[in-house]
Amino acid sequence: MGFPDASKDLSSEMEVDAFRRLFPLKYFERHLAEAIRPDGRPLGKARDTTVVLGAVASANGSALVKIGSTTMLTAIKMEVMTPSLESPDEGCIAIDFHMPPICSPIVRPGRPAEAAPVISKQLSDTISSSGSIDLKELSLVTGKAAWMAYLDVYCLDADGALFDAALLSAVAALSHLQIPAVAMNDDGKIVLLSEDDGQKKAQEPVNKEKRNLTLRSIPFSLTCILHKNYILVDPTAEEESIMETVVTIALDTSGQLVSLYKPGGPVLAFTSAIQDCVALTRQRVKELKGILEEANSTMQVE
Amino acid sequence: MEIERPDGRSPNQLRPLACSRSILHRAHGSATWSQGDTKVVAAVYGPKAGTRKNENPEKASFEVVWKPKTGQIGKAEREYEMILKRTLESICIRSIYPNTTTSVIVQACFSLNPSFPPFSFLLVVHDDGALLPCAINAACAALVDAGIPLRHLAVAICCSVADNGYIFLDPNKQEEEVCIYTHTHTHSADV
Repeated sequence: MGFPDASKDLSSEMEVDAFRRLFPLKYFERHLAEAIRPDGRPLGKARDTTVVLGAVASANGSALVKIGSTTMLTAIKMEVMTPSLESPDEGCIAIDFHMPPICSPIVRPGRPAEAAPVISKQLSDTISSSGSIDLKELSLVTGKAAWMAYLDVYCLDADGALFDAALLSAVAALSHLQIPAVAMNDDGKIVLLSEDDGQKKAQEPVNKEKRNLTLRSIPFSLTCILHKNYILVDPTAEEESIMETVVTIALDTSGQLVSLYKPGGPVLAFTSAIQDCVALTRQRVKELKGILEEANSTMQVE
Repeated sequence: MEIERPDGRSPNQLRPLACSRSILHRAHGSATWSQGDTKVVAAVYGPKAGTRKNENPEKASFEVVWKPKTGQIGKAEREYEMILKRTLESICIRSIYPNTTTSVIVQACFSLNPSFPPFSFLLVVHDDGALLPCAINAACAALVDAGIPLRHLAVAICCSVADNGYIFLDPNKQEEEVCIYTHTHTHSADV
């Protein structure tokens, strides 16, 4: 505040928790000088990441992702719709991100969180511009029927790096997605093929069996905080609230840059800092790709 | 090789810029900024006493309201509000008026085509394009008009990368729709 030397006098007398609350920036800077963070991680290391596919049994595709304490649950529901006139052979994906009050003490029941629509738009922009999904795969009958996939990401615990966890859970759910088998009945309407074979022999199956969506190049992201000369990878909510300059970089599995997002902040974006962030993101993409492939192979074994 | 842009500009050429101050009498500060046919009006009210619930009371805080030209407020508007808020927070000296809120209201508006005769009152909607940089520039000009203490001035420019790999500055709406990548860059110059 107005007295920069007060913390030096008090630090020897005060308890650690009190110092952390009263002088958060000094507390963090003391740790950064030793190249470590309060939770014991080195500056360039992300938190433990786990991916569980099929968390919601009633959805067509779902995933539960935890990065440290940040938890995201994604579920995909498919519905048949009439495609638009401009693109009669393409389906549609609608991505929405919700922050219910369970996720954080800052979010109140009546008032939606400020971050929610921003992350929602970022997610849909990133997934559509990465080109990982070919919308033509979601088409059933050209001009008459196509799939509409509603992808909902729910934040269950907001502890920093929300976009990273949300993107990972959306991508994991898409890789788990099973498009249901459908057939066209006599009225020309699409109906779901059930397990019972007896009545359905007269119908022509449009989709013979359940199939997966093919994902071309999968986007993964990493959020970093820039503070003076330090780059902190995968911040917690406490770190994000103290140090305001956040950079999010999304790369896809082929190494192409999908998005670079730096919304304001006191630290300037020098080329060297951005290049360091991109290099850190590249390493993280390899880790995340491995984790996602392992989760997919575990599902197939079951 | 000369790259042809639809409106005949060279790749590094900006559209004509225009800025005017103090256009609204009730606001503490106001400005318009136009780049070609994109026009944005910004108004500043403040500093007012008190901060909002989750803001730090030891610093001056900013509240940005973005009003689109037409339609309801959706996700894109909320994203622009967040970007503008963080940009303005980094250029202002926030320690001077702690526990206050300054509101910045940004409105994208129609620009009047001057070649139409005055009695027809037609508002011609031409291309948009580069809406966010226009808004950042307008908001900065409005803050200057209001006398809010600033550390730097923020200037923003937009560029787009086309299919053939060429970079164009200040794209209009048509170019934005066909390009593969649009980038808004804000630079602060010391006052």
